Amino acid sequence: MDGFAMGGYGAYVWSCFALTFVIVVFSDWRARLRHKRVYRDIEVRLKALGDRE
Amino acid sequence: MWKWFHQLASPPHFYRLSAILSPWLAIPGLALIAYSTWQGLFVVPMDYQQGDAFRIIYVHVPTAYLSMMAYTIMATAGAVGLIWRIKLAHAVAAAAAPIGAAFTFLSLCTGSIWGRPMWGTWWEWGDPRMMSQLILLFLYFGYMALRGAIDDTAKADKAGAVLALVGIVNLVIVHFSVEWWSSLHQGQTVFRRGTMDAEMRLPLLLMILGFTLLFGSMLLRRIRTEVLYRERRTRWVREMILSPRGGS
Amino acid sequence: MNEPAREIPGIFAGLVATARRDLLLAWKRPGDVLNPLFFFAMVCTLFPLAVGPTAEQLEFSGPGVIWVAALLATLLSLNSLFLSDFEDGSLDQLLVSPQPLPALVLGKTLAHWLTAGLPLVLVSPVLAITYRMPFSVVGVMMLTLSLGTVSLSLLGSIGAALTVGLHRGTALLSLLILPLAMPVMILGANAVSLAAHGDVYTTGVWALGAYAAGSVSLAPYATAAALRISNE
Repeated sequence: MDGFAMGGYGAYVWSCFALTFVIVVFSDWRARLRHKRVYRDIEVRLKALGDRE
Repeated sequence: MWKWFHQLASPPHFYRLSAILSPWLAIPGLALIAYSTWQGLFVVPMDYQQGDAFRIIYVHVPTAYLSMMAYTIMATAGAVGLIWRIKLAHAVAAAAAPIGAAFTFLSLCTGSIWGRPMWGTWWEWGDPRMMSQLILLFLYFGYMALRGAIDDTAKADKAGAVLALVGIVNLVIVHFSVEWWSSLHQGQTVFRRGTMDAEMRLPLLLMILGFTLLFGSMLLRRIRTEVLYRERRTRWVREMILSPRGGS
Repeated sequence: MNEPAREIPGIFAGLVATARRDLLLAWKRPGDVLNPLFFFAMVCTLFPLAVGPTAEQLEFSGPGVIWVAALLATLLSLNSLFLSDFEDGSLDQLLVSPQPLPALVLGKTLAHWLTAGLPLVLVSPVLAITYRMPFSVVGVMMLTLSLGTVSLSLLGSIGAALTVGLHRGTALLSLLILPLAMPVMILGANAVSLAAHGDVYTTGVWALGAYAAGSVSLAPYATAAALRISNE
C-alpha cells in the first residue's frame, strides 16, 4: 500500500484531491438544484396564470 | 459574423445551444481530469526535492489558474454588458463569480495543505501568491455581497460590473505591491518554476485543459439558470415551459 | 437684440462650488469630522493595550498600527460621503447639472479628503510620538499618509457611490473597499517601516504617489458611473 501512503505525504495529497472533488461536485450540485428550483417556480407561476384565465 | 454573434447573444438561442454544448465540454473535461489524475497520482515519478507532495500541484495549479480566469471573464463580461448593453454578458458575469470564488478557495486550501509538509506551516503570510489569492477571494466576496444587496437585477448587474472592473485594475497593483512587500520580508520559496520534466508537465497541462473544459460546462449551467430567471416573464420561456415536450 | 444665453459655469467652477458646499456642511457639523479622528486615536490606543507597551514593541508596531487605524478611520467617514445628499435629494441635482459629473465628484472627494484625510495626517504625529517614532520618520509617515489618504478617499468614493441607498450599506462598504485599499496600506506602512529601520523607502513613496495620481485621474469616472447606476 506504499502507493497510497506516498512516503508520508499521502494524507496531504489525498486530502487535496478529495477536497477539490467535493467542492467542485458540491458547487455543480447546488447550481443544478438552483436551476430546477427556478424552472419549477416559473412553471408554477405560469400554470397558476393559465388556470385563472 | 455579427449576425451570428447577435444570434448567440439572444437568450432563447443561447439557452437551446448551451444545453447541447454543455455535455460536450463536461465529458471530455472529466475524461481528461480522470486520466491526468491517474497519471499524476500513480504514474509520474516523484519529485526529487518535494517527494510525493509535489503531486498536489495537479489540483493546485488548475484551480489557481481558473480562479484568475473566472475573474477575468467576470470583469470582461461586465465591461461588455456595460458598454454594448448585452444582457447575456451580465448573466455570464453573475454566473462566473461563485465558481471563481470556489476555485480561489480551493487553490488557497490546496496551497495551504502543500505548505504544511513543505514549509512546516499551514499558512505562510509571507508568500506573495497566497496573499494575492486571499485578496482575490475577498474581491469575489465583495462582488457577490454587492450583487446580493441590490434587489433590482439590472442595477446589480451594472454596479457589479463597475466593481469588477475597478477590482481587475486593482489586482495588478495588488500583485506588484504584495511582491514588493514579501521581498522586504524575505518571503519563502514558492512553487518552483520552469524545472519540471516533460513527463510531469504533460499531465499538468492535460489537467489544466480538463479543468478548463469542466469550468466551461459549470459556467454554462449557471448562465442557463441566470438566463431562465431573467427571462422568466418572456414569451419564449412561457412557450418552452408550457410546451407538451417541456424544457429543462 | 438677443438676450445673451444664460452662462453655464465652467468645469472648475462646478468642482470648487461642490467642494465649498461640502466644506461648509462639515463646518456646520463638526462632529462628522471629529468622530473619525477620535476613532483613529482610540484604535491607536488599543494596540499597546493588546500587544504590550515595551519600547521595542511600540517601535516595531507603530507604522503598521497607525496605518491600519488611518485606513479604518477613513472607512468610517466614507459612509456619509453621498448619504446625506442622497437623502435630501441634492444628489439628483448633481446628476442633472450641466457640469460633467466626474468633476463634481472630484470636488466632493476633495472636500472629503480635506475634512477626513488631512485631519488624520495632521493628528498622526502626536500618535507617532507616543509610539516613540523618531522625528525624521514622522515626516515620511505624514507624506505617505497624505498620499495614501488621497487614494483612499478616491477609492472609497467608488464604494460609497455603489452602496448609496442600500440598506446594509455600511458593512457592505467595508467589504468592498478593504481589499481594494490593501495595496495602499501595504505600500504606506512598509515605506514607514523601512524609514524607521534606516533603509531606502523611496520605492514605496513613489508607488504611493503613482497610485494617488492614477486614482485622481480614473476614480472620479468610476464614481460617476456608479452614482448614475445607483440612482437610476
